[in-house]
Amino acid sequence: MSEQEVKNLEALFQARIDRDEKIEPKEWMPEKYRQTHIRQISQHAHSEIVGMLPEANWITRAPSLRRKVALLAKIQDEGGHGLYLYSAAETLGISREEMYEQLHSGKAKYSSIFNYPTITWADMGAVGWLVDGAAIMNQVALMGTSYGPYARAMVRICKEESFHQRQGYEILLTLCNGTPEQKAMAQDALNRWWWPSLMMFGPKDEESPNTEQSVKWKLKRKTNDELRQQFVDQTVPQANILGLTIPDDKLKWNEERKHYDFGEIDWDEFWQVVKGHGKCNKQRLEARKSAWENGTWVRDAAVAYAEKQANKEEKKAI
Amino acid sequence: MKNWPLWEVFIRSKNGLEHRHCGSLHASDATMALENARDVYTRRMEGVSIWVVPSAQITASNPENNGETFEPAMDKAYRHPTFYELPEELKHM
Amino acid sequence: MNNNLIQYILGIADNSLILGQRLGELCGHGPSLETDIAMTNISLDLLGQTRSYYQYVAKLQGGDATEDTVAFLRLEREYKNVLLVEQPNTDFGYSIARQFLFDVFHLALLEELQNSKDETLSAIAKKSIKEVLYHVRFSSDWIRRLGDGTEESHNRIQTAINDLWIFTDELFHQTDADKAMVAEGIGVDVTHLKAGYYQKVSSILEEATLQTPTIEYFQKGGKMGIHSEHMGYILTELQYMQRTYPNMTW
Repeated sequence: MSEQEVKNLEALFQARIDRDEKIEPKEWMPEKYRQTHIRQISQHAHSEIVGMLPEANWITRAPSLRRKVALLAKIQDEGGHGLYLYSAAETLGISREEMYEQLHSGKAKYSSIFNYPTITWADMGAVGWLVDGAAIMNQVALMGTSYGPYARAMVRICKEESFHQRQGYEILLTLCNGTPEQKAMAQDALNRWWWPSLMMFGPKDEESPNTEQSVKWKLKRKTNDELRQQFVDQTVPQANILGLTIPDDKLKWNEERKHYDFGEIDWDEFWQVVKGHGKCNKQRLEARKSAWENGTWVRDAAVAYAEKQANKEEKKAI
Repeated sequence: MKNWPLWEVFIRSKNGLEHRHCGSLHASDATMALENARDVYTRRMEGVSIWVVPSAQITASNPENNGETFEPAMDKAYRHPTFYELPEELKHM
Repeated sequence: MNNNLIQYILGIADNSLILGQRLGELCGHGPSLETDIAMTNISLDLLGQTRSYYQYVAKLQGGDATEDTVAFLRLEREYKNVLLVEQPNTDFGYSIARQFLFDVFHLALLEELQNSKDETLSAIAKKSIKEVLYHVRFSSDWIRRLGDGTEESHNRIQTAINDLWIFTDELFHQTDADKAMVAEGIGVDVTHLKAGYYQKVSSILEEATLQTPTIEYFQKGGKMGIHSEHMGYILTELQYMQRTYPNMTW
C-alpha cells in the first residue's frame, strides 16, 4: 500500500470513529491504533489482577462473615474483569500468555496504586471508596470508546462494579459510626489513600504525552485533570458525610470555578512508584509470577489430559 | 508448555430468548470451558443455558468484503413493510 | 438450649468455615484466572452455608449471640471441624485433593441431612446440595485431569491423596452429640456413609489412573476439638480483628 493510500484509509477510519461507529476485530485499523489499544487494554487488565492482591491480603482477616463474603466476591469480580479485558485485547492478535510475559518481565505497567500496602481493615474501605471510585470514573467514560470489544468489556465491568464502591463506603461508614478507635482507623486510611488516589488519574495534562491521539480514538473522553477535578468534587461531600477530614489544607470550595481547589500532588512520589520504588512493587510482581509459575504443571496437566481424551474419542470413532 | 485454547461463550438469559455471545475465556477442554463459563459469566444469575465453542472453530466473514457481502441488501426497500403505501383509514395491517 | 443440637450443627458448619477460609487464601493466586474464579466460588458457597448454620446456632444460643460470635469468638478446642479441612494449600494438588476428599463426603452427608426432622437443618441441606453437587463435579474433574495428565501432575496428586488419606476416616466418627442427634432423627448416622464414600472415591481415583491408598492407621481429633498445629494459625488470622478490637461492630 502506498503512503497516500494508507493516509486515505486512516482518514476514512477516523471519520468512522467521529461518526461514533465502533471498530470491530479484524477490520482494518492503523497499526498504531492496534498497538495503543493492546497496550492500554492489557495494562488495564494487569491492574485488575494485580489489584486483587492488596485486597486479598485481608480475606482471611475480615472482621465479620458478611464482610468476608462481600470482600471475596469483590476480588473475584476483579479477576473476572481482568479476564474480560485480556479477552478484549486478545481480539487484537496478542495472546494472554504474551501479555503475562510482558507483565512479569516488568515491560508492561499496571496502576501504581496497587503498590501501596493495605495495612489495616479500614484500607478495605478506603480502597473500595477511593480507588474503585477513581477507577469507575475512567471506566464509565470508556464505555463509549471506539474499539467494540473494549467498550463492551467496560459496559459489563461498570455494571458489576456498582457494588464495589458501596462496599468500601459502607465499611468506612460503619467505622465512623463506631468507637473512637475505629474512627481513627478510618481517618488514618483516608490520610494514606487520598493522595495516591488523586495520582491514579495520571500526570498533569501538560505532561501527558498521549492525550491528543487518545482523545481522537475515544480512549480518553476527558483529560487527566478534568477527571481528577471531577473526582475531588464528588468525593469531598462523601467524606463530609463520614465526618472524615481530607488531608489537604489547601482544599477549598471555589465559588467562581464551581469546583474545589486542592493542593499540589507529590509528583516525585508518583514517579518513584511508577519506576518501581513503591513499597510493594516487588512483592506484587513476585506474587503474580509465582502464581503463574506454580501453575505451570497444572495447566500442562489439563492440556495433556484433554489431548488424551481427544485421542480416545478418535479411536472410538474408528 | 501448551496454552489453554480460547473459547467463545454464549448464554441464554432466560427461556424464550436466544443464546447471545457474552465473551470468551480459556479452558483446556469443553467440560472445563463450560464450568469456567458458569463461574465467570453467570455469577449474577445471568443465564439458564450455556454454549461454548472453540474460537478457532468459528468461521467469520471478512470485513474487507463487507461491500459485496452486505451493501446489496441496502437498496431492497421492498422487503420492508414501510415500502408499501396503504390508505390512512386502514389502521392495522 | 439444646447443647447437643448446637454441638451437632457446629460439627457440620465448622467444616465449611475452615475450608472456606483455606480456599480464601488462594484468591488471586490460582494457576489460571478461570480456576481462581472457580475456587473463589466454592469458598463463597461454603461461607454462605456457614452463615446459615451459625445464624441458627446463634438463635438456639439466644442472648447476644450472632453468627459472628459463633464464627470468631470460640477457643480452638471449641471448633469441631475435621482435621482434613484445616490442612494447608501446599500446592494446587493438595488443595484439589483436600477438596475432593471432603466434597464426596459433604454431598453424602447433605443428601441424608435433608431428611432431618429439624426443619432448619433440612432446609439448609436442601439448598447446599446444589452447590456441593457442583463442588464434587469440579474437584473430581480436576482429580481426573491431574491424575491422567502429565507424569509430574500424576505424581503430585498421588502424593497429595496419600498424605491426606489419613484424615478421611475421621469423617465417619461420631461424637456423643452426633449420636444423640441421630437418635432423635435430627442427625445423620455418618457411619452408614463410609462404605459408599470409599467406593465412590476409589472409582474416581481409578478413572484418574491413581492408586487408592491402603493404610491402617488414621488420624482423628478435630471433631473433639483437638486439632493439628495448623489450626492455631488459621484462627489467628480468622479472629485477628475480633480479638484485637473486642466488642465492636464492623
